[in-house]
Amino acid sequence: MKNPYLPELATITNIIEETPNIKSFHVVFNDPEKMKNFKFEPGQVGQLSVFGVGESTFVINSPPTRMEYLQFSVMKAGEVTNAIHELYVGDQIGVRAPLGNWFPYEQMKGKKILFIGGGIGLAPLRTLILFMLDNRKDYDDITILYGARTPPDLCYKDDLKEWESRSDVNLILTVDTEYPGWTKRTGFVPTVLNEIAPSPENTIAITCGPPIMIKFVLQNLVKLNFKDEQIITTLEKRMKCGIGICGRCNIGSKYVCKDGPVFSLDQLKALPPEL
Amino acid sequence: MIEIGFLKKENLQAFLKELAAKYTVYAPFAEEDIVSFKPLAEGRDICLDRPANLSPKSVIFPQYETLFKYSFLKKEDSPDKVDIKLEEQMDFKDTVIFGARPCDAKGFTVYDRVYKDSDIPDPYYTGRREKTVIIGLACPAPSPGCFCVSVGGGPADKEGSDILITELPSGYVFEPVTEKGKALMQSSLIEDGKASLQEAQKKQEETKNKVKNPFTKTGKPEISQKIFNEDEFWEQALSKCVSCAACTFLCPTCYCFNITDESRLKEGERIRSWDACMFFHFTLEASGHNPRPTKFHRFKNRVGHKFVYYPEKYNGVIACCGCGRCIRYCPVSVDISKVVDDLCEQSAETNLTSNGGKA
Repeated sequence: MKNPYLPELATITNIIEETPNIKSFHVVFNDPEKMKNFKFEPGQVGQLSVFGVGESTFVINSPPTRMEYLQFSVMKAGEVTNAIHELYVGDQIGVRAPLGNWFPYEQMKGKKILFIGGGIGLAPLRTLILFMLDNRKDYDDITILYGARTPPDLCYKDDLKEWESRSDVNLILTVDTEYPGWTKRTGFVPTVLNEIAPSPENTIAITCGPPIMIKFVLQNLVKLNFKDEQIITTLEKRMKCGIGICGRCNIGSKYVCKDGPVFSLDQLKALPPEL
Repeated sequence: MIEIGFLKKENLQAFLKELAAKYTVYAPFAEEDIVSFKPLAEGRDICLDRPANLSPKSVIFPQYETLFKYSFLKKEDSPDKVDIKLEEQMDFKDTVIFGARPCDAKGFTVYDRVYKDSDIPDPYYTGRREKTVIIGLACPAPSPGCFCVSVGGGPADKEGSDILITELPSGYVFEPVTEKGKALMQSSLIEDGKASLQEAQKKQEETKNKVKNPFTKTGKPEISQKIFNEDEFWEQALSKCVSCAACTFLCPTCYCFNITDESRLKEGERIRSWDACMFFHFTLEASGHNPRPTKFHRFKNRVGHKFVYYPEKYNGVIACCGCGRCIRYCPVSVDISKVVDDLCEQSAETNLTSNGGKA
């Protein structure tokens, strides 16, 4: 029997400082066979272990179409994330992955895709964006609305630059308030969503960000006549086991670690209001 | 091959000793006022006349266990780096649990669906469970607060036991339930008990009729969706709760846990320990956000898990065995059976649970 609690050892091969409190880590399994055979789907998560400190859950935000390494982005928030931030290139880390479900990208083929992200919430969207760009012909228009508090808080600046330059991606950036040197939009993500008022026709909206942003984005999408099944989000909860047992991340009978993290709004509405 | 066995009372100690030669035998022992399951040892007297204060769940799901050890080894070629070595800790002994009440045995079946028969089985639980034989003891009399019959169990329910024994004045009638159980009855001390079966069954039936049904509306825990979703209901039902979580620690079906690391200088262990959904910190996130911020949310989740969410996932089976411990030992007398009864409606149209817990 496979031991689902035993992490696979991996090495950090690169660290990118995304923002003052977010770093991205490139991780490669120590066992080359494991790396070669590793399969996952966009939106699935993994547990990273710093032995002696503990484990936390992060989405694999590199796409399965680019398998030289797995990328995880970590915002400094608690004990484990602080410990991860103190790691250097060459240090070892434990990985339990892949866990959970993924974005239903097959059902999105031929559709217009609207990504709405805030802060570190762009991480799970990034996986799917890169996956779709690597399979660009399968999808209609791709629009990305992304915001953060200030320009330095925007993640994945290299990706943003690339997406901005592409003619087949419509990127809309916003920061909460005016900032020296910032010439693009200002305002909260849900407000900007109302301003750009995308049509729900043949469109799937996928959103992730702080809980308060998700709450208002969902409300505004409904106001823009998106149906519940056209709206997809991916959730975060405190997790321990990652396999639907330990009882921490459940919302009613669904476990975010195993039945999620990806839910459509109609699925969420059937659950108790414990986001 | 004996189909129904009988063990004379004076042979009980000898039978257990015989088992102890091959198995680690846990049985209920009294220490001052507290009865709990402990390994057989000289000088300890078995206590079968009242239910154990602590269920035997810790025998298969220890309160604290090591999942694996890790150690840091300095890399010879680059002294600023360490290699990490991981060692699984899986050493499970052949074990017998003697004298578990049927409610306690049923508790393990609630675990089984989640830990053993799932698509991602838990190897620690499964390893111990498969090496454990459970000898259940038909409950001789109901205890205050217990209600096994109305949640799909019964004082002589065989679910979860490998053998069910019933105490008669002169000895114990052995009814094997599984092959594992049958194998254990191959002892010269076990006589043919067919002649006593009828007396045992009569006793079982008598006890069953004495078990109270706390569900006054329809006789079953049929929870109304409408009341379940009312915040005011939970605020009223739970106003006196002190969030001590004694209910979860004593519960034979509560299975939430925590995982933590314990380090010494160059090595350490990843530990799994019991945890409780009644604690504020259980769901507290690093950002400060807490999806179940008050005791009302947490108790709703606890009751919901046992009577709504678990049945939703597992074919209507209720994840409460009705042992009554959480009622007997709650320091402020919160009574889960009363709460569930209050959640029911006389003729509810939208019930969340509707088959009384039977699969």
